[in-house]
This record gives sequence, structure tokens and C-alpha cells, in this order.
Amino acid sequence: MCFNLSKEKVDSLKEYFIKLVKKELHYNEFWALKDINLTVKKGQRLGVLGLNGAGKSTLLKVISGVFRPTEGTLKVNGVIAPMIELGAGFDMQYTGAENIYLYGAVLGHSRKLMEEKFDEIVEFSELKEFIDVPLKNYSSGMKVRLGFAIATIVNPDVLILDEVLSVGDAKFKKKSEKKILSMIEGGTTVLFVSHNAEQIRRICDTAIILEHGRLIADGPVDEVLDIYKKLSE
Amino acid sequence: MKKFVAEFYRYRSLFAELVRKGIKLKYRRSYLGILWSLIEPLLTMIVLTLVFGTLLGYHSKDFPVYILSGRLIYSLFSQATTAALKSIRQNQAMIKKVYVPKYMYPLSYIVFNYVLFLISLVVLCGVALVLGVYPTVYTLLAIVPLFVLLLLIIGVGLILSCLGTMFRDLEYLWNVGLMLIMYMCAIFYYPDKILDSSHYWLLSYNPLFCVIDNFRSCVFGQAMNIHELIYASSFALVCIIVGAFIFNKKQDKFILYV
Repeated sequence: MCFNLSKEKVDSLKEYFIKLVKKELHYNEFWALKDINLTVKKGQRLGVLGLNGAGKSTLLKVISGVFRPTEGTLKVNGVIAPMIELGAGFDMQYTGAENIYLYGAVLGHSRKLMEEKFDEIVEFSELKEFIDVPLKNYSSGMKVRLGFAIATIVNPDVLILDEVLSVGDAKFKKKSEKKILSMIEGGTTVLFVSHNAEQIRRICDTAIILEHGRLIADGPVDEVLDIYKKLSE
Repeated sequence: MKKFVAEFYRYRSLFAELVRKGIKLKYRRSYLGILWSLIEPLLTMIVLTLVFGTLLGYHSKDFPVYILSGRLIYSLFSQATTAALKSIRQNQAMIKKVYVPKYMYPLSYIVFNYVLFLISLVVLCGVALVLGVYPTVYTLLAIVPLFVLLLLIIGVGLILSCLGTMFRDLEYLWNVGLMLIMYMCAIFYYPDKILDSSHYWLLSYNPLFCVIDNFRSCVFGQAMNIHELIYASSFALVCIIVGAFIFNKKQDKFILYV
């Protein structure tokens, strides 16, 4: 995955032509991910480790289809539930109830399914009194709870988690981890990003380490965690 | 193409949801709500009739119907294309976080504006009946220019949404373009009276004018102009093909621009 890191963003026609004529249209290339060769088997639970800016989230976004890889290919079998940033597609003017249908549709669910699961979502998110309030009046914790409840209504084939287990208060954290664990028991493939080594050990069976966009370790979770520990010291 | 259909089918509920959202949010927090899509064209029609009827000395009884039919179509065109132009940037929060087929955004904006437009046609029916323009066999044929109009907007909207994402200038440029198009649509004047015949061709090359002209023929119970119909439909189809092509080619780059 390659990004153009131009010093200024050229987004006006005039600038574009002036720079084109002056031949100043050079970009600093930045490879957020390079030479990643990775196979994740069905039912495998993969932890993704790395320091800030190593390319963890970019990797997950490439897998979930937000970015198209600059070079190389990617193949996913089955339905993905991306939980990279919860509540993508929430509309602030919409009420909680309307957002349940909207976000459900963003994740590819039909309105009928959402109607069936509506009560379950409201109950899990503990937002019964606030469900008809516009989302702009929600606290950030409430939004996250709603997003989590909607994103986890179906058991996907591939679950992508980007530090979503570190959201909400301690009580909701426990509840959401329990929910994730119950989903995993059904044989879901998991890709999990976290800085919390204990969490990775609990949830994953294999792990990788990314550094500056490259894959530097790949293997069973305990081995990789030892390498990671040394690396971060 | 097969992939496109499969993908659209998978996300059809999102499409419906986005259209619904557009309609619901457009008039939210206004007291009259969706009634505005009826009142607004009516009020504009009165103003335009007063100003241009007096200025140009048109006193025929059905002049308001003439104005309203043109103005409804033009305002749909301008609102829907502007919405499509801005659609990718307006949904950037979503685009950056989750994968959704990108054409959903301009297309849903266009469709929701089109639905509101169909609702506001009720006003046209009402005004026409009051002023003595009664339905004829040609009235039903109005579906044809209205369908061509939808195709035209989709084509133009796809092109604009793609270019507008990459060059923000287009938002301002398109405003000027829309003004030019408005004057080339003969909304509030009879073209044959204003322009001497040697300049009429300027209008006849404007596909939107062709649509408006044909629509008016249907409203006033006349046969459509086949040349205009063919020209507008071909123009719309070319726009759709070009738009789909460049949109498809550039859509993976959008995320780097927003």
C-alpha cells in the first residue's frame, strides 16, 4: 500500500496545471505496507502487533476493502465484519433507532434482519430510554456501545477487530469481550489488533509483528509475544 | 457487469436506506416538513410569473404552467447534480472507515432528489387543472422525457462526482455552469419570441432544454419533438457510459483525495 506524501495536497485545478507546467508534480512515496505475504486459514485467530505507525490499521483496512492495494492481490473468502472504527456511517442527525437500520445496511444487512434484531441491539447497548434521541446528543461511550451492538449481531466468517475491546467503561468492556469470545467459539476467523499482550494471548493462537510496514515475525502467539517484548524494550 | 449486479444486489438495502435518509433529513426540523417540496415550487412560480410576466408582457393564462414545468425540471437537475458532485466528500467519514460500493453515494443522492421531484409534480397537476390545462392522451407520454431526465442526471452526476472529488474547484465552476444552463433552458421565456430563429440552435443543443421542451409538449397536449428526444437520450447514454468508465477507473483513488 503506497501513499503519496506530497508536501501540499494538490486539489485545485489551477495548482495542478501550474505544477504540471513547472514540472513540480513530484510526490514523496511512502509505503505504509510492503512485501506482506500472509495467509490466514479458516478458524485461525491472528493477533497483529506493532508499534504506532507500523501499518496495523492499514493492513486491516486493506483486508476489509477500504483501501485497494497499490500492488499485489488480496483474496477473502466469506463475509467480513469489520470492526475497525465502530459506527462508520452513523448519521448525527438521525436518532439511535434510525441509525440501527442505517449502520446495519452499511454492513450489508437487510432491513428485515435489522427489524428482527432490533430489540436485541437495544438491550445489549443499554440505550432503551435514548433510542429515539438524535445521535448528536449521545456521549461518545453511548455511540460506541450502539456501534458495537449493531456490528456483532451476526456471526461473520471473518472478524476484524482494531482495538475495539478497549472501548467503553470497565463493565461494558467485560461484556463486549465476552460477546467476542462467544463469537470466536463458533469457529470465526479473527484478525485482532491490540497493544495489550495479555488480550492477544487470551484471544489469539497465532500472531504477527509489523515494523515500518514490513512483516518481521510470524508464528505461534507465545513465540511472537516474546519477540515483541524484546522489541519494545 | 455481472459483478456489478451482484454487488448492487448485496447492498440494495443500503441504497434504500441512503435514499430514505436523504428524504427524511432534507426537511427535518422544519414545521411543514415534506410539504415544502410542494410549497417551494409554487411560491417560486408565483414570483417568476409576476416578474417575467410583467417584464416580458406575457399575459396568457397558462404562462404559470409553462414556467412551473420548466423550473421544476431545472431545479431537479441543478440540485441532483450538485448533490452528486459533493457526495463523495460529504461521505468521507464513511469512505475512510468501511467498504461500500462508491457509486452508492452519488446515485442515492440523485434518486432521493428525483423522488422529491416526483412528489412536487403534484403541484404542477394542481396548477394545470386550475388554469385550464387539462390532461390529454399525450399527458401519459410525459413519462418518456422524465425517464430521459433521470438518465441524463445519472450520467452527468457520475462524471461530476468523479471529477469533483479530485478537483474541488469544480464545485464553484459548476455553479456558474448551472447558471448558463438555466438561461439556455427557456424556463421563463418563450424561446421563439426572444431569440430570432438564427440563435435557436443554441437551445436545441442543450439536452436539458430538449427534455423540458418535450415535457412541456406532453403537458400542453402536443406531440413530442422526436429529434430532441433522440438527441437528449443519446447525450444521456453517452454521459452514463463516460461517467461509469471514469468513475470505475478512479474510484480507488477517491480515498486519497478526500
